[in-house]
Amino acid sequence: MIDASSRVIETHDLAASRGLRLLFNGVTLRLGAGEVLELRGANGSGKSTLLRILAGLTRPFAGTVHYSGAPGEKGEEAPRHYLGHSDAIKPNETAGDQALFWARFFGRDDEVAVQALDRMGLASRAGVPGRGLSAGQRRRLAIARLLIEPRPVWLLDEPVAALDAQGRTRVEELIAEHAAEGGITVVAMHGPGFAGARTLDLAEAAGCALAPGGFKGGDAGEFS
Amino acid sequence: MKLKGAGAAFLRELKLAWSGGGGAALPLGFFAAACSLTPLTLGPESDLLKAAGPGVIWIALALSSLLPMERLFQADLEDGTLDAYAGSGVALEGIAAAKTAAHWVATGLPLALVSPVLWIMLQGPVAAAPMVALISAIGSAAFFFFGAIGAALAAGVRRGGLLIALVALPLYSPAMIFGAAAMYAAAAGGDWGPALMLTAAAALFGVALSPFAAALALRAAID
Amino acid sequence: MAVLSLFANPHRFMAISKPFAWGFTMLGGGMILYGVYMGLFVAPADVRQGDAARIMFVHVPSMWLSMFAFAFMAGASFVSLIWRHALADVAAKSAAPIGAVFTALGLITGSIWGYPIWGTWWEWDARITSVLILFFIYLGYLAVWQAMETPQKAARAAAILCLVGAANLPIIHFSVDWWNTLHQPATFFTEDNNAPYGFKVPMYIVALGYLSLFGGLTLINMRAEIMMTRAEMMMQRKLAAG
Repeated sequence: MIDASSRVIETHDLAASRGLRLLFNGVTLRLGAGEVLELRGANGSGKSTLLRILAGLTRPFAGTVHYSGAPGEKGEEAPRHYLGHSDAIKPNETAGDQALFWARFFGRDDEVAVQALDRMGLASRAGVPGRGLSAGQRRRLAIARLLIEPRPVWLLDEPVAALDAQGRTRVEELIAEHAAEGGITVVAMHGPGFAGARTLDLAEAAGCALAPGGFKGGDAGEFS
Repeated sequence: MKLKGAGAAFLRELKLAWSGGGGAALPLGFFAAACSLTPLTLGPESDLLKAAGPGVIWIALALSSLLPMERLFQADLEDGTLDAYAGSGVALEGIAAAKTAAHWVATGLPLALVSPVLWIMLQGPVAAAPMVALISAIGSAAFFFFGAIGAALAAGVRRGGLLIALVALPLYSPAMIFGAAAMYAAAAGGDWGPALMLTAAAALFGVALSPFAAALALRAAID
Repeated sequence: MAVLSLFANPHRFMAISKPFAWGFTMLGGGMILYGVYMGLFVAPADVRQGDAARIMFVHVPSMWLSMFAFAFMAGASFVSLIWRHALADVAAKSAAPIGAVFTALGLITGSIWGYPIWGTWWEWDARITSVLILFFIYLGYLAVWQAMETPQKAARAAAILCLVGAANLPIIHFSVDWWNTLHQPATFFTEDNNAPYGFKVPMYIVALGYLSLFGGLTLINMRAEIMMTRAEMMMQRKLAAG
C-alpha cells in the first residue's frame, strides 16, 4: 500500500502564465501526509494549471515545486496520479479492457483491474466500448485508474464533474480513505467541500499582466 | 529510465491501430493506387516500367508511410491519454517508441508484404520479389520512425499532415537513396548487400533518434 | 557565462545591440559590394569556364553562410532547450529567414552558373542536392513557427526540429554524396584549389560581408521580435485594465 511516511509537497513562490497573462503568482504551500487541499476559484483562474504544474506536466513561469517522500526516492519522480478534465478513455476499447491495460501498464495483476471496476460500480459495463459509456461512467472509469495503482499523491481536476450524487459520495469516500492512509490529495472543485480540508482560492493569488520584459529573469524596466 | 509499461503500451497500441479507422487499409490502398497509376503516366512499355518501377514503388512506400503519422499522437494528446502516460512514471521515450513500433507492425509490415505484388505488376523480376519485401520492411521502419518525429512535433496542430510531411521528408532522404539503390540492385540481379546495409543503418539511426526527439516534442505539446 | 548573462536581460540586449545591428548590416553591405566589384572586374577569368565562373564569388560564400546560419540556429536551439534562455529562441527564429534566403541564393546562383556550362537550368549535383534538402529543412523550421498555437510551444518544437535536422545533416550529406557517385561521375562545382591567392580574395571578402550582413540582419530581426512581444504585452495589459 502507500508508504505514509514523511511525504511532503512544497511549493515556493509558484507562478503560472498562459500566453502573456499571469494566472497566479506567489503561491507558497506545504502539504503533508493525510492532507487534502481544495483549489477554488473562478474558471480560468488557474486551478487546472496549478494541478498540471504539481503533476510535472506544465512548467511554471516562476517558482519551484519540491516533493520529498520516502527515503530512497528522488523527489521529482515521486509517484503521483493526475486526473485531468479529459478521461483518457479510448472510444473503441471496452471498459474492462482499458482497466486491464492500466493494470498491466503499472505491472499489477489483472485481478486488481476487476476489483477497481467493481469498486466504481462499473462491473456491469465492463464489456461496453468507451463510446458507449455515459459521461458519468467515463469519469468513474478514469477514477478507477487511481485504484488500480495506489500512489501517495492524488491531483484531481474536478473529479465529481458529470457524476450523480451516488458517484460524488463514492469519490468522497475514496479521498477520505486515501487521506487516512497518509496520502496527499489536491483537488480542484466547485460546490461543497470536504470536511477537514484546507482551501486555496486562486482568485486571491491572481497576477496582473506579465511583468515587463516577459522573459524569465527579466527585471522591471521602462514599461512597469 | 523506467520502461516497464512500454510493453503493455505496445500491445494496446497494436490493437487500437488495427481496430480504429480500418488500420492498415488506407495506407495499403494508397500504396496500391499510387503504384497502379504509374503506367498511366509512364506508358505501359515494359522497358520504361522496369527502369522506373523500383524508384516509383519506393516513393509510394515513403508517402504511404506518412499517412498514419497524423493519427500517431494526436488522439492521445486530445483525449488526455498522453497526460496519463506522461504523469505515470514510465519514460515517455519508451511510450513513443512503443507506439511507433506498434504502428510499424500494424501498417508498415503489411505495406512491405504487399510491395512484391506491386513489384511484379511494374515488371520487376519475380526472382527478386522476396528481397523487395525485406528491403521494404527495413525502409518502412526508417520511414515510420522518422515520421514519428514529425508526428510528435505536429501533435497539437490542427490538420498537421502537411507539416509532418514537410518535417519528415528531408529526414527521409538517406533511406530514400539507399533503399532505392537496393531495389535497383535487386532488379538488376546484382549485389544488393551494401545498399541494404546502408538502408538498415539509416533505419537504425531513425529508431535510435526518434524516441528521444519525439518525447521532447511531446513534452512540449503537453506543456 | 558572463558574456551570456550580459544579454540575458532583454533591456540590456536592446540597448547594446542597436549600434551593432545597424553597424554590421552596413559593414556587410559595403564588403559585399566591394567583393562583388573585385570579383567581376578585378580577378582574372577562369581558365576553363571563362567569365561564367565569376558567379562563384557570390555562389560559394552563400553556400557557406547557409550552413553557418543553420549551425548558429542549432547552437541557439541547444541553448534554448537546455538553459531555457528566451533570447536563444528569438535568436534562432531571427536567423532562420536569413539562412533560408542565403540557401535559396546559393541554389539560384548555382543554377545560373550551371546554365552556360551544362545547357540546363538545373542539375542534380551532389552539393546542390544536399543544399536543396537543407532548404526544405529551413522551410520546415519556418513552418513550425507559423503552425503552433503559442510562441512558447513553437519555440520548443522549432528547437527540437533544428537539432534533429542538424544531427541528420551529416548523414544526409553522406547519402547524397554516395548517391551522386552512383549516378554521376563528375562533380561540377570544383573550386580550383591550385588557383593563385588573388583569384580567391574576392570570395573571402564576399564571405565576410555575408557574415557581417547575417549578423546585422539577425540582430535587427531579434530587436523587431522583442519589440513585437512588448507591444503585445502592452496591448494585453490595456485590455485587462480597460
